[in-house]
Amino acid sequence: MSMHDDIRRQLMWSRLIAVVEEQARMLMLTAFSATVREAGDLSAGVFDLRGRMVAQAITGTPGHVNSMAEAVPHFLAEFPLAEMRDGDHFITNDPWIASGHLHDITVVSPVFRAGRPIGFFACTCHQVDIGGMGQGPDGRSVFEEGLYIPPMHLARAGAPNGDLLRMIRANVRQPRMVEGDVLSYVTTNEAAGRRLVKMLDEFGEDGLETLADWIFARSKNAMIAEIRKLPAGTYENEFVLDGYDRPVKLRAALTIGDDAITVDYAGSDPASPHGINVVLNYCKAYSAFGVRCVVGPRIPNNAGSLAPIVVRAPEGSIVNVKHPWPVSARHVIGQFLPDVMLGCLAKAIPERIPAEGAACLWGAQLRGGPSVAAGAPTQSNRIGEPFEVMFFNSGGSGGRPFADGMNATAFPSGVRALPAEVVETAAPIVIWKKELRADSAGAGRYRGGLGQTVEVGTVDGAPFAFFAMFDRVKSKPRGRRGGADGTSGKVETAAGKSFRAMGLQTVPADERLRLSLPGGAGWGDPLARPPARVAADVSDGLIAREAAERDYGVVLAADGAVDEAATVNLRARRRQA
Amino acid sequence: MSEKARIGVDIGGTFTDVVLERGAARHSIKVLTTPAEPERAVLDGVGAVIAAAGLAPSDVGLVIHGTTLITNALIERKGARTALVTTEGFRDVLEMGTESRFEQYDLAIEKPVPLIPRRLRFAVPERLGAKGDVLLALDEAALARAGTALAEAGVESVAVCFLHAYANPAHEQRAREALAKALPRASFSISSEVAPEIREYERFSTTAANAYVQPIAERYLRDLERKLAAAGFACPLFLMLSGGGITDLETAVRFPIRLIESGPAGGVALAAHIARQCGLARVLSFDMGGTTAKIAVVDDAVPQTARAFEFGRVFRFKKGSGLPLKVPSVELVEIGAGGGSIASIDHLGRLAVGPESAGSDPGPACYGRGGTAAAVTDADLALGRIRPDAFAGGRIRLDEARAEAALAGGVGKALAIDAKAAAAGIAEVVDEAMANAAREHVIECGKSLPGRTLIAFGGAAPLHAARIAEKLEIDRILIPAGAGVGSAIGFLRAPVAYEVTRSVYVRLSRFDAAALNRAFAAMAEEAHAIVARAAGGRPRTERRIAYMRYLGQGHEIAVPVPLAALAPASAAIIRDAYDDAYRAQYGRLMDGVDVECVACAVVVASEAAAAAPPFAARDAGAPAPAARRMLIDPLSGRASEVPLYRREALASGAAIAGPALIEEDDTTTVVAAGFRAALDSNGYIVLERERTP
Repeated sequence: MSMHDDIRRQLMWSRLIAVVEEQARMLMLTAFSATVREAGDLSAGVFDLRGRMVAQAITGTPGHVNSMAEAVPHFLAEFPLAEMRDGDHFITNDPWIASGHLHDITVVSPVFRAGRPIGFFACTCHQVDIGGMGQGPDGRSVFEEGLYIPPMHLARAGAPNGDLLRMIRANVRQPRMVEGDVLSYVTTNEAAGRRLVKMLDEFGEDGLETLADWIFARSKNAMIAEIRKLPAGTYENEFVLDGYDRPVKLRAALTIGDDAITVDYAGSDPASPHGINVVLNYCKAYSAFGVRCVVGPRIPNNAGSLAPIVVRAPEGSIVNVKHPWPVSARHVIGQFLPDVMLGCLAKAIPERIPAEGAACLWGAQLRGGPSVAAGAPTQSNRIGEPFEVMFFNSGGSGGRPFADGMNATAFPSGVRALPAEVVETAAPIVIWKKELRADSAGAGRYRGGLGQTVEVGTVDGAPFAFFAMFDRVKSKPRGRRGGADGTSGKVETAAGKSFRAMGLQTVPADERLRLSLPGGAGWGDPLARPPARVAADVSDGLIAREAAERDYGVVLAADGAVDEAATVNLRARRRQA
Repeated sequence: MSEKARIGVDIGGTFTDVVLERGAARHSIKVLTTPAEPERAVLDGVGAVIAAAGLAPSDVGLVIHGTTLITNALIERKGARTALVTTEGFRDVLEMGTESRFEQYDLAIEKPVPLIPRRLRFAVPERLGAKGDVLLALDEAALARAGTALAEAGVESVAVCFLHAYANPAHEQRAREALAKALPRASFSISSEVAPEIREYERFSTTAANAYVQPIAERYLRDLERKLAAAGFACPLFLMLSGGGITDLETAVRFPIRLIESGPAGGVALAAHIARQCGLARVLSFDMGGTTAKIAVVDDAVPQTARAFEFGRVFRFKKGSGLPLKVPSVELVEIGAGGGSIASIDHLGRLAVGPESAGSDPGPACYGRGGTAAAVTDADLALGRIRPDAFAGGRIRLDEARAEAALAGGVGKALAIDAKAAAAGIAEVVDEAMANAAREHVIECGKSLPGRTLIAFGGAAPLHAARIAEKLEIDRILIPAGAGVGSAIGFLRAPVAYEVTRSVYVRLSRFDAAALNRAFAAMAEEAHAIVARAAGGRPRTERRIAYMRYLGQGHEIAVPVPLAALAPASAAIIRDAYDDAYRAQYGRLMDGVDVECVACAVVVASEAAAAAPPFAARDAGAPAPAARRMLIDPLSGRASEVPLYRREALASGAAIAGPALIEEDDTTTVVAAGFRAALDSNGYIVLERERTP
């Protein structure tokens, strides 16, 4: 009796997952880009010789779920396996090959054992800068958005491509950091490659193919088993967002078949002239993520588990934009795609799907200095110290069929907020408020998560600019099963003067910017919410006393306790009405 | 002149371990923990151990205590009624946290509930800037109103947490003073004293936790001191800290949050002591008990420590699902893998082990106490690693038939394999999980594995150490005696030590020697005062550390700083030290990028007064096996008859070639094929892997 084959393979599978998790961890520790280290905006994975993804690290942003998986076959098509040598590394940031905008660089490295290639490691990481206009929606084509690196050699047989590195350094604002990050991908992929070789030695395996086939079969079968638990049929959802300067309509039809889930975005709006467009890879990634949150969430990502989810979108639409349309701020649309998917699934399995939430992150991207002040310096138009700073803020997530939505918590992004104290150390600004936004959640048996309010100004009161990339200012997160809609966001001065939700704008001297982030929608009938929970929300100052009566039919006594009799009465009257 | 005895007491979930050492003699005892009144088990155990040693209370010179009291109060949410007073605009810092989800795909996660509910969080107008400058004066009237509200709410303990208070404690100190008038009986914890470091969520969370446990910690510790005195113990009572040192009662009462997780820290202190004793520069400490396994890095006989710790992960062991505590702590990874960990089949039809544990009641199936699911101990038994009548010194008779039935019936049936194959699978899966956790942890600490010695203790570790070493490519394993009470022994080996950490921001390109000198001097003064009080006249050592990173990175590395006052020219020395540390961790440097220091720490220590009891070497000679057993190798599946030796019968130097077993009361060491075992001059079992080229 030797170790049972299945157990041996599962040990190797866990080892591969451990290797790619370590690869991802190493990348986060050394990264200069804030979204990589705070948000895990990267991916890391191992591929077999046919370019099939065998294992992938679980990292912070779903945008990478399978976009890297789609990239590796492109490299194999461009650079034949037979010509690859030990020490070769390949690079690209082509948005249409990898993950949807120029800021993400993908590096693919073949692994050799006894002179023979056995597989690949790849990683995709966000860069602190890629030249061009900076990361925002204002570019009119990808050519304005930065340096474009087609698939090419980053190193040949261990020798770095010096010409390419020089080109990169010359085109970005922080050349040392970008170069340092890119070179660290080589080191990390190589370290992971050595682990793979050792694993094959330890378990006496020749290559990855047999193991990969086993992993794919296991994963795919598990996915199909999950799909078969769902009611077959086609479920549609329509979703309208604020967009850059006009509403964006997203339509999706999700078909639950016998052994696949097919998503079709036919009927979605055409691409925008602004950089909020999504390439197909990125659309697939966020759509697959939305589906996988419900269907087989604990099945690891690989070619087998991703295969049963098929995503199509019309060419030229905002979710399958063609070259050279601008794509830099594609997350503004992309982060809503999981909610679009959940909306479809809610029609199939209404008791399992949360209500809609704020979805898109509200990053406060601020700039100070001479470029902000218009015209000659005066008391009201004085020039402050130059700075660039960005901090993340999250609205509320939707109420769930079994629990309230989460207050001020990112979904679908996995971003972690930066501490106000750290932000204030990095730039001459003061965050005067960063607190839950009372009364922003949609009522429900399970209410939405609350949004938050952020107020920020400069230390010396000098004017400053901000890059707005916010949605859900006109539209609202929608409730489910009788739950109320959440509250839309607001972008204004602390004194209440409104700003646009998209584009670069200036906050005048001695004024503060106030961002009021959307609250999540509610799930289920608010009249079914236990009165004690409503009373607790009132006593915690999360909802107003009036709202308890108005939205939930809960009457409170003077001391804040539930007036049981009056509540039963009021709720009965409401139900009849 | 008779040397005084020292006693270590470790309260664990099931047992309270008590170890007494005096000269060459060691006595240990396990008594059942008494959760309702933990001091009862302590007093019983201490009484029993001095009786066993034939001593009187007056013969004891020191009691060192580690307790789960703080941990339990936080987990069970049984702390004091606590309020927060904070900066207006930041009432929800404790609740918003990092604004993220710790599990990407799970829509059902629940984030940890803050220790202080919103209705007890009060905001007052005041604001400091990042440099500690006053942007908005503290509003005294609002403070007075808050005081009235706190008194009305019947608050027993108050956390005062203002933004940027690490840079200027004035507002927090003033608030404490004013609020104390309204609440004369309440305890106060202020963030500029508990955790003076930047990052408001972590600092507030730590201060809130300290405030939450302070009243009960004070009651318990003073009570225990009184009862020990009443029983005739006139000696001081010291406490084990999560940072790996011990401290006196007064410091523990002031900062009880530093007592959290002292048990695991004690285990690592034992590994550090052994490393020093044996001159091992690079060690991996591996502690595997009934429920979890803990792995830590020990370099140059100093445990790797971290400035922060995440407590009470609500979602299994998932990072981010607990409360952050800025507490100096031994950096270790803990995973749900122990002798009681239960095997199951996961959602993909794969064999999984843990984190659910059968605990000690009912325990693994082989305990015969009603457990039916196969646990790791059942697998170890079925593989022949444990003699059923010698487990736990013969106190628990293991039932092989029950183990086999559980293995064959549960996971075995699901995978269509027999009991032996299931046992082999369980052993491999749990060893793989521990090896993967160890590897990831070592990377996270910025260290590497090759060349390390594994020091294995805890009841289950010696059974699994050899296979884990193979997976980690470690060639040397050391197994001390007394595996079952490792933490309590570690308390006796831990130095009196205290660590002070503060946020100090300096860029090397604009090196401010004066600022660093001021900060280091103040921290050193605080740490020396605390250690001097507990260490008496014994010599103290001091280490200074700067936490540094490339400008723009988010993760710092620890860089040693010279003790002498820094001069402008010191920048170059510190940069060199940074380069060395960065290169050692990541293999290469970033030319032309500036380096920043974000925090500094001072660690003052005074080595433990007593060394380990000397090992009485026995006559050399070929060891005779006490028995022969069939042992199954999990990877090949081959069974072979191997000799079993009793540890106490081994002679120093005599080598045993694997496969073999070495049995003692607390555990059994598996000497796998390819290893040679010998007893070294300290009485430790040393396993060396015979490398085949």
